[in-house]
Amino acid sequence: MSDTAASDDGAAAVDAEEVRHVADLARVRLADDEVDEFAAQFGDILEYFEALDEVPETEREEELVNVMRPDEIEEGLSQEEALANAEETEDGFFVGPKVS
Amino acid sequence: MAADINAFVTEETIEGADVDGPLADATVAVKDNISTAGIRTTCGSEMLADYVPPYSATVVDRLTEAGATVVGKTNMDEFGMGTTTETSAFGPTRNPVDTDRVPGGSSGGSAAAVAAGEADVALGSDTGGSVRCPAAFCGVVGIKPTYGLVSRYGLIAYANSLEQIGPIAGTVEEAAAALDVIAGDDPHDGTTRDLSEIEGADPSASYAAAADGDVDGMTIGVPTELFEGADERVVETVEAAIADLEARGAETTEISLPSVEHAVQAYYVIAMAEASSNLARFDGVRYGHRGDSDGNWNESFAETREEGFGAEVKRRILLGTYALSAGYHDKYYEKAQDARAWVRQDFEAAFEDVDVIASPTMPVLPFELGESLDDPLRMYLADANTTPANLANLPAISVPAGEADGLPVGLQLVGPKFGEETIVRAASAVEER
Repeated sequence: MSDTAASDDGAAAVDAEEVRHVADLARVRLADDEVDEFAAQFGDILEYFEALDEVPETEREEELVNVMRPDEIEEGLSQEEALANAEETEDGFFVGPKVS
Repeated sequence: MAADINAFVTEETIEGADVDGPLADATVAVKDNISTAGIRTTCGSEMLADYVPPYSATVVDRLTEAGATVVGKTNMDEFGMGTTTETSAFGPTRNPVDTDRVPGGSSGGSAAAVAAGEADVALGSDTGGSVRCPAAFCGVVGIKPTYGLVSRYGLIAYANSLEQIGPIAGTVEEAAAALDVIAGDDPHDGTTRDLSEIEGADPSASYAAAADGDVDGMTIGVPTELFEGADERVVETVEAAIADLEARGAETTEISLPSVEHAVQAYYVIAMAEASSNLARFDGVRYGHRGDSDGNWNESFAETREEGFGAEVKRRILLGTYALSAGYHDKYYEKAQDARAWVRQDFEAAFEDVDVIASPTMPVLPFELGESLDDPLRMYLADANTTPANLANLPAISVPAGEADGLPVGLQLVGPKFGEETIVRAASAVEER
């Protein structure tokens, strides 16, 4: 995604090609009518999000605490349990789609 | 009744421990994004229609150990994404008060189950108001706890930094009693906090005991921003309830929270960004629906997700991916984080002067079924009053304030971090009127 899509006047028009590009990045296939519907809706929603431009830069003080515990072996799921919800397994492994 | 309102996705029982616990004999309904060992947990989605978790969420274990019996898994907006409980793959839930209307979302099945008398207590999850909204629309009580008070272990995540599991019940005391049971540090969830290490928090506090209705001397802040633009009937009902609290000795003061004007935008940008990352795990390989594609990994993945996810989930994943993509990250995501920090600071400043902050829970009366489905932005705007508490990680409760045109109106009380006792106390005074 490039900066050029955000047009100079600040209006967040979104075309079908952009929706397809984002869907591709997100690995979600869309039907053609869904692409058109989303393009129209995304314009409105992103335009509404533009109001965030009015937010002043704010100092963020996050209260972050390190919660790492010692690395100890504990009981986990059995192999059978871990595989129980998979659509396809073989010899104790998950079977995935081919990679290329 | 059950078939009528469609409150449950799955009606199966987990017997409570045979103990004289605080929830002995109580029935509990559990939102279907909270894992139950051996009982399918669908998240309201085709993607997980056949998913059976091998373990239970910490909150479920705590409820059954306290004697409660789980009676089923409740309907919800798919993956918690919605304000009406109409986006479930298992059909919409109807509001028991008026079955032509929505119960609110996304924990609509949980609130409807309680309102219809099908469970004493229910668990929901609240990412941007998903416990409080259906509680308000169905005329029951819902508590969104301080972030870190209740374990999220076993909750199927949508937006981790915002969501908390919370109880829904018919009365403030019952909801608080359920919170007593589920609250507390959990070694399985690094985001839970040990109350003994938090200044001002009392680890031995009983939230149920705080429901004593005593608001004499309490200071209630009334933020103008959360009343502007709300339905007049809602405003009148909530103002009458606040006036009654004054009559019981509370002091009210008008306050301003300028940051909340941007809370809804910030909430949606952050939630969608986190959703786009969280939902990447649904690839059809280890669990969940899998498409028949004989294409490569990416094609198969995309087809699985096309088939498994509904429109609102796809919408949020795509918008989240967009908001995080190069060229837009600073414009949307970074700005949303600034807004989040601003909201937090606004509330912190307000709590220097007031004990709780009161407003309508929802700015509108319950939608009619189908009314908001074609206009996602309209649905998003309805979350204006609930999202600030999630952005600021604060506790909030919705309690029935009365009715307008025969429909329930909820009053929301927000408290300072780990100030659950204060909001419970104030809410119990509202229901005593």
